[in-house]
Amino acid sequence: MTPIEKVEGRAIPFGLKNVDTDVIIPAHWLKTVSREGMGQGAFESLRADPDNLFDSAEFKGAPILIAGDNFGCGSSREHAAWALGDLGIRVVIAPSYSDIFSGNAVKNGILPVVLPQAAIDRLMEVAKTDPVHVDLDTQTVTTPFQDRFTFEIDPFRKMCLLGGLDEISLTEKSGAAISAYEAKIAQTQPWLQPATVES
Amino acid sequence: MNRPRTLYEKIWDAHVVEQRPDGTALIFIDRHLVHEVTSPQAFAGLRASGRTVRRPDLTLAVPDHNLPTTARKDAAGNRLPITDTESAAQLAALEKNAPEYGIRYIDAFAPEQGIVHVVGPEQGFSLPGTTIVCGDSHTACHGGIGALAFGIGTSEVEHVLATQTLLLQPAKTMEVRVEGEVGPGVSAKDIILHITGTIGAAGGTGHVIEYTGSAIRALSVEGRLTVSNMAIEGGARAGLIAPDETTFAYLKGRPYAPKGKDWDAAVAYWKSLATDPGATYDKSVVIDAADIAPSVTWGTSPEDVVPITGVVPDPASFADPSKQAAAAKSLAYMGLTPGTPMNEIPVENIFIGSCTNSRIEDLRAAAAVLKGRHKADNVKWAIVVPGSGLVKAQAEAEGLDRIFTEAGLEWREPGCSACLAMNPDKVPAGERCASTSNRNFVGRQGPGARTHLVSPAMAAAAAVTGKLTDVRELMA
Repeated sequence: MTPIEKVEGRAIPFGLKNVDTDVIIPAHWLKTVSREGMGQGAFESLRADPDNLFDSAEFKGAPILIAGDNFGCGSSREHAAWALGDLGIRVVIAPSYSDIFSGNAVKNGILPVVLPQAAIDRLMEVAKTDPVHVDLDTQTVTTPFQDRFTFEIDPFRKMCLLGGLDEISLTEKSGAAISAYEAKIAQTQPWLQPATVES
Repeated sequence: MNRPRTLYEKIWDAHVVEQRPDGTALIFIDRHLVHEVTSPQAFAGLRASGRTVRRPDLTLAVPDHNLPTTARKDAAGNRLPITDTESAAQLAALEKNAPEYGIRYIDAFAPEQGIVHVVGPEQGFSLPGTTIVCGDSHTACHGGIGALAFGIGTSEVEHVLATQTLLLQPAKTMEVRVEGEVGPGVSAKDIILHITGTIGAAGGTGHVIEYTGSAIRALSVEGRLTVSNMAIEGGARAGLIAPDETTFAYLKGRPYAPKGKDWDAAVAYWKSLATDPGATYDKSVVIDAADIAPSVTWGTSPEDVVPITGVVPDPASFADPSKQAAAAKSLAYMGLTPGTPMNEIPVENIFIGSCTNSRIEDLRAAAAVLKGRHKADNVKWAIVVPGSGLVKAQAEAEGLDRIFTEAGLEWREPGCSACLAMNPDKVPAGERCASTSNRNFVGRQGPGARTHLVSPAMAAAAAVTGKLTDVRELMA
């Protein structure tokens, strides 16, 4: 995973609320066994419109996406995060996210910034003409016009994003605790072992 | 005395492997369900890093999303190939990965095959009080039997395969209490559509919803699975319904369920899980069951719910300006005009199926409406897709398949089908579908498809009249 600390560039003033992962990447793009190349299918239905923001000269390849409430709702497909990443997006800024999407984003080096709607409204204005600066270390979003918004982020997620860390390796350090838990359950709740089924 | 706890807190506490100082906890996963779409990249990751599957015995794989629902064997009993090469490759990957890692695998031709969220409870693999994950957001479904069950992304699938744990932040708790008795023609699907309309698509974000109250208690396990299935449509990663005698009776004797003394110990434990008197939730919503009508969606978010007796709303009627804009966009996509009575909207397609509504009770409800009737001429495509091979066999034993085919509906093989447009079952652009699935998103049932979410009985009623219809008008 690519570490992320500071991202500066154009921010796509998208702004829609309840954007579901079927819109971010339709199901027919899920028929793949790889994670690559999904940017082509990102926002397919919206990009059918030749005047869409994503393919405009101004915003093509922009690293930041500004969205509305409940971004990434619906399907758990991580393909949504892969598609955004492949499109070049490193940061999404929205008032809220679906729980599954924000987890998927972090695991793919995409920072989901949460800011109140008033800040979103202001950034949507700025983004039309000017770049936006996001700093994960200081947890701030700033603009060339002295706007400065601070955001909260779970410390573990921050650490993973800053370090580009692989969560499985981190968890494997707890291998002994997992084994102890398994041994305890085998004793106290043996019925949790699925019954044997003859096939 | 211990602090009173909710059902969610009890399940969470029982699964903490390691508590971290930042509030997150390493949580043990009791059951991992795997399907073909969200797992290939996870297995590829394991392979690349030289890792193995820690607990293949707690993992069950079954194909569902990609499988065509047309006949899988020819008249001579030969297995028919899948013509879509991408789908075939994805299915082949699961068929190869599961045995390679020692994971039990139900193949496409087995009588037990079906939609993963139908198969889990049906096989007794999903149990109350367990943690269950799957790379699919409708894993929330298993909350209907009192399991803490939620969808995960592919990186998390890989994490669970490798470690049998997930690092999680505890969720907030939300109670949705539905008190009283629902009226005739009102099903579990109408209850959850009404709830989603009430709390909104983000109403449960960050929360686990426990459904309580006499109307929930009165539901069968099938109905409870329908309700909890759509917790995610209200933004909650998981739903929960406390296990009770109804749950135990449903699970007893199922293949993977505990047997003998183990069963008794399990039931004793499950009985201890109900939310304690005096325990509090972070948020509560109370709904009067008598207020719930047969419900239908008008827009492209599952929160866009009205009673079938209602009309298409005017976007200007919403207080929130961003909802006004969203509603206007939805109506343009749906081709609807504000003020149109819902029961005057014609539909060309009918889909009865999906992990929300493909269990035997759902098929019985649809068949009760269709018995002795025929679909309207303007209904071009109407399919009934049982949730599993076992549901299919049961329905055939009861003669339901004949009721469907005599009414002009197609009787299909089990799978996810027209819920999500990644197998051949799709709704054509610009056409409407009365669908018993869970999502009315733009393009969900096919590019340009217009989805109206309804219950199985309501879908059957729409098939008969060729338009969205109040099923109560067809009930004797």
